[in-house]
Amino acid sequence: MSTQSTIYLDYASTTPVDPRVASKMMEFLTPDGEFGNPASRSHRFGWKADEAVEEARSHVSGLVNCDPREIVWTSGATEADNLAIKGVARFYKSKGNHIITSKIEHKAVLDPCRQLEREGFEVTYLDPNEKGVITPEVIKSAIQENTILVSIMHINNELGTVNDIEKIGNITRDNGILFHVDAAQSTGKINIDLKNLNVDLMSFSAHKTYGPKGIGALYVRRKPRVRLEALIHGGGHERGMRSGTLATHQIVGMGEAFRIANIEMESDCEKVSEYHEQFLKKVQEIDHVYINGDLKNKVPNILNVSFNFVEGESLIMGLKDIAVSSGSACTSASLEPSYVLRALGRKDELAHSSIRFSFGRFTNDDDVNNTLEILSNVVHRLRELSPLWEMHLDGIDLDTVEWKLH
Amino acid sequence: MAYSKKVVEKFENTINNPEAFKVGRFDPKELNVGTGMVGAPACGDVMKLQIKCEPKGNTHIIKDVKFKTYGCGSAIASSSELVEMLIGKTLEEAKAIKNIEIVEALELPPIKIHCSVLAEDSIKQAIEDYESKQ
Repeated sequence: MSTQSTIYLDYASTTPVDPRVASKMMEFLTPDGEFGNPASRSHRFGWKADEAVEEARSHVSGLVNCDPREIVWTSGATEADNLAIKGVARFYKSKGNHIITSKIEHKAVLDPCRQLEREGFEVTYLDPNEKGVITPEVIKSAIQENTILVSIMHINNELGTVNDIEKIGNITRDNGILFHVDAAQSTGKINIDLKNLNVDLMSFSAHKTYGPKGIGALYVRRKPRVRLEALIHGGGHERGMRSGTLATHQIVGMGEAFRIANIEMESDCEKVSEYHEQFLKKVQEIDHVYINGDLKNKVPNILNVSFNFVEGESLIMGLKDIAVSSGSACTSASLEPSYVLRALGRKDELAHSSIRFSFGRFTNDDDVNNTLEILSNVVHRLRELSPLWEMHLDGIDLDTVEWKLH
Repeated sequence: MAYSKKVVEKFENTINNPEAFKVGRFDPKELNVGTGMVGAPACGDVMKLQIKCEPKGNTHIIKDVKFKTYGCGSAIASSSELVEMLIGKTLEEAKAIKNIEIVEALELPPIKIHCSVLAEDSIKQAIEDYESKQ
């Protein structure tokens, strides 16, 4: 075992629960706490739990400026995405059967779309531009007479690029089409003002914003009213949209995490921006480094970098004391490079060599400095080991080589 | 990660001590050097293996080996493992090496077996190149 402590730079994957959130959650579990079922209407235990759930609901709605009654608790952003997409499609199927989404969505959006295709819906998967942005123009041109739903993410989880949901919402509203936004990466990082956006459904996750895993929410607009078919039946909780006993402690955790995010968003972002600048400057001192995404239009907590001539998974293994994500899915069953980077038109080998660094509330100077030092060292060592680097130094253009496929 | 301790150790030892683990290159034009290069950057791995041989009796023996690998951790570990197996072997013995020996030595997970196949291909190609020069 290594004695070195592990540096965590994978906040876009998940965040630790803020200790303030955890201690609040503890008040809703044990016999001396408020453990009641929020649906129990006949006694104090239920009333107290219900109060806590509603307070949490108002914290969530407060962060994104909507009515608390527009928030539906789910088990996470994946369920919220499923509920929004399948729920809307199935409810409005008599109106049309066409859905628009993009190739760089999270699997929690892509897989429900694939499922709807099996059910007879038609789905258009839009290409991003080379910066990783889905422009309002491409959405406009994809709209058909039978389009009922557009689902586009706010911030891309691999690149940190930001889509213009204000402009997209204006287009969908003008065309009488519902607009769903996956905002799992947005809360606490970027301001969301649902009262002034033409967004009809929005998915949220607690664990990307220092709350617990296993809880999320779906915003469902009341005016104009959005209807959907429930996925889970059994008691009619959450106004029939999502049955099941509410997980009070999880909900309280999400509420507290979003309440804190509302207060600390600015200072969190300021700190993370400084680390981002520092990191970017140093990483660009390494030769043949490419920044994926759009530096002018992205959140500072995510930085996606390709190190040419080095394969991503080996880089991650070399960075063993640093927790980051690889754009390459080589560690999973698919052996495919990131579909997001591929959709940007990045060459496969650059997609294979990408690493996502993501910073957060508990990142410190040592984390950043130590990572930069280890990173440049490991990239150097792996290049010394790389036949591609050797060929590059010999002046061979790798694109002209005829590779012997295996 | 599903990697065995052996893969991790092999990978780390190789990148931390490249010379001892035969990372490097021979001049491919030399007559006693055979070069094999397999894989493609787009697939995520490229292995380059070079053997330096000398005649012994009516066969040739591998005196030294150099390699470079671009690829995932198990691709690097697999080439390094193969290189260790090769030194001192006759070409016939080297040709007989099967990828399963690397799989077993490193306890490769099923999804990474192609790394060992790549390693086996690289030695076959290197020997072919060497023999074509004799």
